[in-house]
Amino acid sequence: MRRTVAAVLGKEFALEWRTRESIPAMVLFAVTTYVVFHFGLNRNTIDGDLAAGVLWVTLLFAAILGINRLFVAEHEQGGFDGFLLAPVDRTALFVAKALALFGYLCVVELVAVPAFALLLLGPSLGQALPGLAIVLLAANAGIAVVGTLVAALAIQTRARDLMVPLLALPLLVPVVLGASQASAPLFDQGGAAALPGDWLTLLALYDLLFALIAYAVFDFLLED
Amino acid sequence: MLTTGFALAFFYAPVDADQGIIQKIFYVHVPLAIVALCGFVAGGIFGAMHLRTRDARWDMRSYVVIHLSIVLAVGVLITGSIWARASWGQWFVWDEPMLVVFLIVFLLYATYQPLRFSIEDREKQARYASVFAVTAGAFVPLCFGAVRMAENLTHPQAATMTTSGPASVTTTFLVSLVGMGLLFVTLCKYEMASKNATAKLRSLRRRLAGDDDFVSTAGRSAAPQL
Repeated sequence: MRRTVAAVLGKEFALEWRTRESIPAMVLFAVTTYVVFHFGLNRNTIDGDLAAGVLWVTLLFAAILGINRLFVAEHEQGGFDGFLLAPVDRTALFVAKALALFGYLCVVELVAVPAFALLLLGPSLGQALPGLAIVLLAANAGIAVVGTLVAALAIQTRARDLMVPLLALPLLVPVVLGASQASAPLFDQGGAAALPGDWLTLLALYDLLFALIAYAVFDFLLED
Repeated sequence: MLTTGFALAFFYAPVDADQGIIQKIFYVHVPLAIVALCGFVAGGIFGAMHLRTRDARWDMRSYVVIHLSIVLAVGVLITGSIWARASWGQWFVWDEPMLVVFLIVFLLYATYQPLRFSIEDREKQARYASVFAVTAGAFVPLCFGAVRMAENLTHPQAATMTTSGPASVTTTFLVSLVGMGLLFVTLCKYEMASKNATAKLRSLRRRLAGDDDFVSTAGRSAAPQL
């Protein structure tokens, strides 16, 4: 299982490194969205609740782009059949894909969060960074798990690009809620406040629960 | 005998649900909401049964239950916003988690039908729909649990109202809840019966026409077929 996961994950990152299909698009999309928010809100700097909301909505929509692309190569090149023919646990594909999406999100945030601080955020990011990193990791885990499940669900449908946001957005509302509530105090005008624990707990619970559900149902999405 | 029972439940239940509408829409709204949510969860359980047994009948049950729950959910949103308009002065209140969560759940389940429609292969369609039903079915209690955790007390709670109110309110509420549940079950049975009849009719027709030149007369549908 661990070797399979490592192999698929390595293939994923090698593919992304060579084609540069998802991550650059996600980063570009995030930065463009900041510009759109600047004009939409008509504000030069934002802080507190508003900053957290803008950041999380942007990251969520950027993640949707990545989720859309997640299984496209497998679907078009027959990777699913190859995987099913191999004598390995099917859950390995799920774990590897979720880890890959998690990795993509982390890389995107490495660029998107500093860009956010540069372009829109009023208070400085410095002291907020450790807390924000925790929230980002917890939220990424949730997005990765749910996103992989939704991507696998939507890849076989005719209107794939349509189904992914329709399915993923309602399912990810708790993540956005928890993440933006947890990171709102970090962006306060007067300097970063403490990280609220209860919202982080909600995020962690959500991650755990959906990881279990996805683990239970993912196998059924792969048989043909 | 069975038909009589169905007919009785069918005509009896709406009357009970209607009793309270003179005083308050509450007797319709809350049972509707509770039954719809239970329906969503039941759809998830049926979906899980389908995944385990590979029996198309479970998929049919899951489909019917979710389908009807969506209809009820529309009713919940409409009655709820009428009520909100009357008591809070606004059609929709954002700082009310119960409302927001219900809207999210409704939006999630609204994608169930498009999902079914967009998968061609019947067997795959059933499997994917079941996976969706399981995931979303688990999402419903999670969401409402989270809301209970971060409770905002402006929404009148069904439980507190039934325990603290006068006895007549409690009975009417319980009766309308049971009535609504019966109505739901009856509607489910009706839809299942009609689906079964359609399937039988189709197979008979197919046999009459001979297997080769059979052309389906049914409209485009994403409903499961037996």
